[in-house]
This record gives sequence, C-alpha cells and structure tokens, in this order.
Amino acid sequence: MTNQEKLAELQVGLDGAVSELGLEFKAELIKGNDVNENVIQVIVDEREEFPVYVTVDSGQILCVSHLWTEQEVKPEKRTEMLDAMLTISIPMPLSAFSKLGNQYLIFGALGKRAPVNEVIEEIATLSENTLTAVEEFATYLKS
Amino acid sequence: MGFFSKLFTAVRGAASEAGDALIDPQAIRILEQEIRDSKQSLDQAKENLTKVIAQQMAVERDVKRLQKTLSEYEGYAIQALDKGDEALATEIADKIADIENELEAQQSVLNGFKNSVSNLKHTINDTERSVKSMEREINVVKTTAKVNEAKEVAAAQFSGTTSSLRNAAESLERVKKRQQERTDRMNAALQMQREEAGDGLQDKLKEAGIISANASSNSVLERLKQRRQPKDPISQ
Repeated sequence: MTNQEKLAELQVGLDGAVSELGLEFKAELIKGNDVNENVIQVIVDEREEFPVYVTVDSGQILCVSHLWTEQEVKPEKRTEMLDAMLTISIPMPLSAFSKLGNQYLIFGALGKRAPVNEVIEEIATLSENTLTAVEEFATYLKS
Repeated sequence: MGFFSKLFTAVRGAASEAGDALIDPQAIRILEQEIRDSKQSLDQAKENLTKVIAQQMAVERDVKRLQKTLSEYEGYAIQALDKGDEALATEIADKIADIENELEAQQSVLNGFKNSVSNLKHTINDTERSVKSMEREINVVKTTAKVNEAKEVAAAQFSGTTSSLRNAAESLERVKKRQQERTDRMNAALQMQREEAGDGLQDKLKEAGIISANASSNSVLERLKQRRQPKDPISQ
C-alpha cells in the first residue's frame, strides 16, 4: 500500500468516526503541491480551533496538533516553559512536544500499518492532550 | 557537515530570519540534490560490485581448475613411483610444485576479491539505508510544512482569522465555553425531563389519594411538631 493509498484509507475511516469518549470527527483531505504533501485535517467536534493533522510517510503515520506560537510566549517565562515541556513529555501519554518555525506543536506517531481504530484513539488522545497543554501552559503565555 | 545538521539548519534557519517561512526551500533543494548524488554513486557502486563479482567468479574457476590438475598430477606421480620410475616422478613433482605455486597465488587473489565484494556490499547497504532515511526526513519536513499551510486555511475557516492572529489561550476559552454551554444545555434538558416525570408522578399519587392534595407549610409544620413531642419528657 502506498503512502497515498493509506492516507486515503485513513480519511475514509476517520470521517464521521466517534472515539471511545464520544468525540465525533470530521476528516478532510487537503491536497499539497505534490501528492506526497497531502494532509488529512481532522476536526474534533466542538474543538474546531484545534484541528489534528494526519500525514503518512514511508515510515510512520504522524498526527500533529498546533499549540501556540513563539509570539504568544511571555519572553521572561520562555526558559521555564521549555523546561516544563521537556519535563512533561514522558509522563504525558502518547504525545510529545515539538516546534516548527515559530509554531509549538504536539504530536504522536504510529507505525505505518496501524489500523484506523488505533489512529482514532491517537487523535482523541492528542486532542485531549492539546487542550490540557494549552490550559496547563497558560501561565507562560501572554493573555 | 552531516545530513542531520543540514536538515536542522534548513528547518531552523529560515524561520528565525524570515519569520513565517518554515523551511528554507533553497536548503531543501540542496539536500534533495545530495540525495540524488548519493543515489548516483550508489548506482555506480552497484555496477562496480557486478564487475568485481564477475572477476571473482573467473578466478574461482581458475582455482578449481588448478585444484583438479593438481590432484591429477599427484595421481600420475604416485603411479610413476609405483612403477619405480624415479626420474619421471621427479619431473611430475616439479610440475606439481609449479601448479601449487600458481594455486596459492590465485587463492590469495580470490580472497582479495571476496573481501572487496563483502566491503562493497556493506557500503551499498549503508548508503541505501542512509538515502532512505534522508528521503524520509525530507518528506517529514515537507509534509509538516504542508500541515502548517493547512492550519492557515483551517484557522481562517473556523475562527475568521489567520493563524498569526489566533491565540491558543483564547481558542481554548472558546472551546471550553462551547463545552460548558453544551453541558448546561444537557443539564437543563435533564432537569426538565426530571421535573416532568416528577410532576406526573405527583399527580398520579394525588389522584390515588396516597398523598394529600393540599399539602401546605402549616400541615408540614404540624407534622414536624408531632414528631418532636415524644422527646419532650426526657428533656424535662
């Protein structure tokens, strides 16, 4: 199965799916300039502000959710925040923090052969962790 | 500079300088060129491997041929000795010595080939692995950048703003408010349902004469007073 076939399969499986906790998903394929840059955007019901993006490459299924940007961080709290992010990465179930450009993000990765129901649980967990992270890290962010 | 650190620069450098650009397209192009170069030298190495293997097979054939000739001549020498023809046996022994020398030389050439084949195979495997992981890393960088573009679209679509204006804390507040509203709505619906069910039951109980239809605060007070009375003698 090619990456694109897997991505298409995931989009069909994720659209309209409901997680164990009753969260409903809407999944849409967003096309890139190159087929290898296609991305699924998953909107979790009532959490439209924090979509989860899913990509497939030769090694993994990557689920990414955006947190805050560098501009939102209180400069005097930055080091403390980074320390907290590193510290909490292991205790936080199934997700890890990262940064791309000015954007802080949270992500989880699965093996390429992971079935749709595992991806659903991954997205549900990631969505929970996103809300928790923004709430817990609010003290480091400009209001 | 290693591939990883170049990739790191490509992802990081652009962002700190240009602000919004997430990856430096120029740096990515250079990395892609490097991958193409590596693939080319990989093809070259595979071609070399085929040549070396062909040479190795030729030497292997020589070695086998020499081993066969050697055992043939050894047989002749024994036959000559059996016949008591010492002179012939010596002549054959000379020939055997020649063959043995040549065999030894060819054997060491063969060992050399075997070594280089195994080295080449090793190098090819390593290069193939690293080309694959380079391709994977570049893909991850490109798709993650794509994720960011998708985010811009989504942000504009759902909150009427671009992501540069989107604030994580405010977004969370909106999500929480919406969740609270839903919980409130659910609680209200539940409350109404409970009241409806409760009122219906009260009516039925009244109809059946099980509860008094005109319970008032006075009658309740009266009942409570009566319940208190047995305690009075003890306290007096």
